[in-house]
Amino acid sequence: MLGPNGAGKTTSISLMLGLRQPTAGQARLFGLPPTDRRARSRCGVMLQESGTTSVLTVREIVDVFRAYYPAPLPAERAIAMAGLTEQAAARIGTLSGGQRQRLYFALAICGDPDILFLDEPTVGMDVEARRAFTASIQTLSGAGKTIVFTTHYLREAEELARRIIVIDRGTVIADASPQELKARVPGKKITLLAGRPFAPADLDGLPARVLNMSGARASLLSNEPAAVLREVFRRGVDVVDLEVTGADLEEAFLMLTRRSEDAP
Amino acid sequence: MTAIAAKPEIAPLGRMLLAQTWSELRIRWRIPAFSVTIVALPVLFFTFFGLPYAKQTLPNGSSLGAYLVASFAAYSVGSVMVFGFGIGVATERGLKVDVLMRATPLPPLIAILAKVLNALAYALLSLVVLIAYAIVVGGIRQDLTVWLDMIARLLAGSVPFIALGFAIGYLCGPNVAPAVANLVYLPLTFASGLFIPLSQLPGFVRGIAPYLPAYHYGQLGWSAVGANTERLSVSIAWLAGYTALFLLIAFRAYQREESRKFG
Repeated sequence: MLGPNGAGKTTSISLMLGLRQPTAGQARLFGLPPTDRRARSRCGVMLQESGTTSVLTVREIVDVFRAYYPAPLPAERAIAMAGLTEQAAARIGTLSGGQRQRLYFALAICGDPDILFLDEPTVGMDVEARRAFTASIQTLSGAGKTIVFTTHYLREAEELARRIIVIDRGTVIADASPQELKARVPGKKITLLAGRPFAPADLDGLPARVLNMSGARASLLSNEPAAVLREVFRRGVDVVDLEVTGADLEEAFLMLTRRSEDAP
Repeated sequence: MTAIAAKPEIAPLGRMLLAQTWSELRIRWRIPAFSVTIVALPVLFFTFFGLPYAKQTLPNGSSLGAYLVASFAAYSVGSVMVFGFGIGVATERGLKVDVLMRATPLPPLIAILAKVLNALAYALLSLVVLIAYAIVVGGIRQDLTVWLDMIARLLAGSVPFIALGFAIGYLCGPNVAPAVANLVYLPLTFASGLFIPLSQLPGFVRGIAPYLPAYHYGQLGWSAVGANTERLSVSIAWLAGYTALFLLIAFRAYQREESRKFG
């Protein structure tokens, strides 16, 4: 589940978990209300806005959480999958932010759940932790687990997901495979530097979306950079420098989520 | 029938309760602000306010020392409940432990029961230390059955203070709860004659004491040494009433929090 901050990702997860009640409609997990203990026993959860005691050790809290589930993983296995083996005897209070995030992952998987809900799981993880996390996700996915995760990084979704649901301000604006989604967003970024400040008319009606226009500098996103440049030159814009690069996926994605706002 | 159906649907509740209680015990033990305080303070207070009178007797012939042990025993159990639950619940809410726990299959009732068992264990520890100190250092002698009776009455009667703790825990944030717990509990126990016998306190305090929960709770402890000044049924009725009141406050605060956080 992909979307900018405030899109409703956490709210969606909360609804699926029964942590919040929908104003209309209903959520079902394994055909049960998500608050049902049988449903909860089959899901693992990593929430953004949650905490835990700081005075237990990693191993101790994993053991407590394992007791909540009918057929948990061995503690060592869950801790190893989260990449915390070296910290197993450490108090939670001494963990770094990234290690703490890994601990929450260990708590999410220790019950050997059939479905995992991970809300922005990689926030605060360093590069190494992120790589270990990616590997664990792929292992779990390979073992037939369903994994629902939220992110605001398109790259992360692309790398890990088979299906991406883009939401913005509570509305689903795309539901597609990473390949389909990528084809839908503009692929090239054009940066222009002119001899004079740009006027809106300079860039109107081009097969591109204006990302940024300030003074003599403008940047656009487009799938047809050649056509855009041809038209810009035809209009006689005094271009002193230009650059065409592969679009930054983050920016392209932002354009996608802002489409409705920009529509006249 | 297939072999796949072998996996149980939920974990046994007993196992959850055991693990939860054990973790609560360990968490509390590792917070010296709690574990040291609840054991050391009653002993300290008893040393100042009780030991000097340990050998005296009350007008009815029973031991003043034992009476004072009962007073500080009542203070001690109440403080475990009010501080343990009040500060504990507020801290967990502050850390958002409750959010994660709600998403697990652990039933809230098991979580609460674990907290109660944990509090009873610490209350028992604090009572055993206090009574042992009174016997060894204060030379206060009573039959073992008297001490056991005192412990049983005080643990059984601690419910209103559990409810008060929950009310404070849900009404206050983690930074405010310790202050509120102190501001409520210390004057309450002082005005109920747990520190200094009521007969030594100013008249207006003697006037309000019979309306306070800690006064009637003290009566439970004093009744074990035959020094209570009201019928046991009256004490129990008052404590039941206060339990209902505090539970109502706690429940309201809990509901307010529910609708805000999980509405």
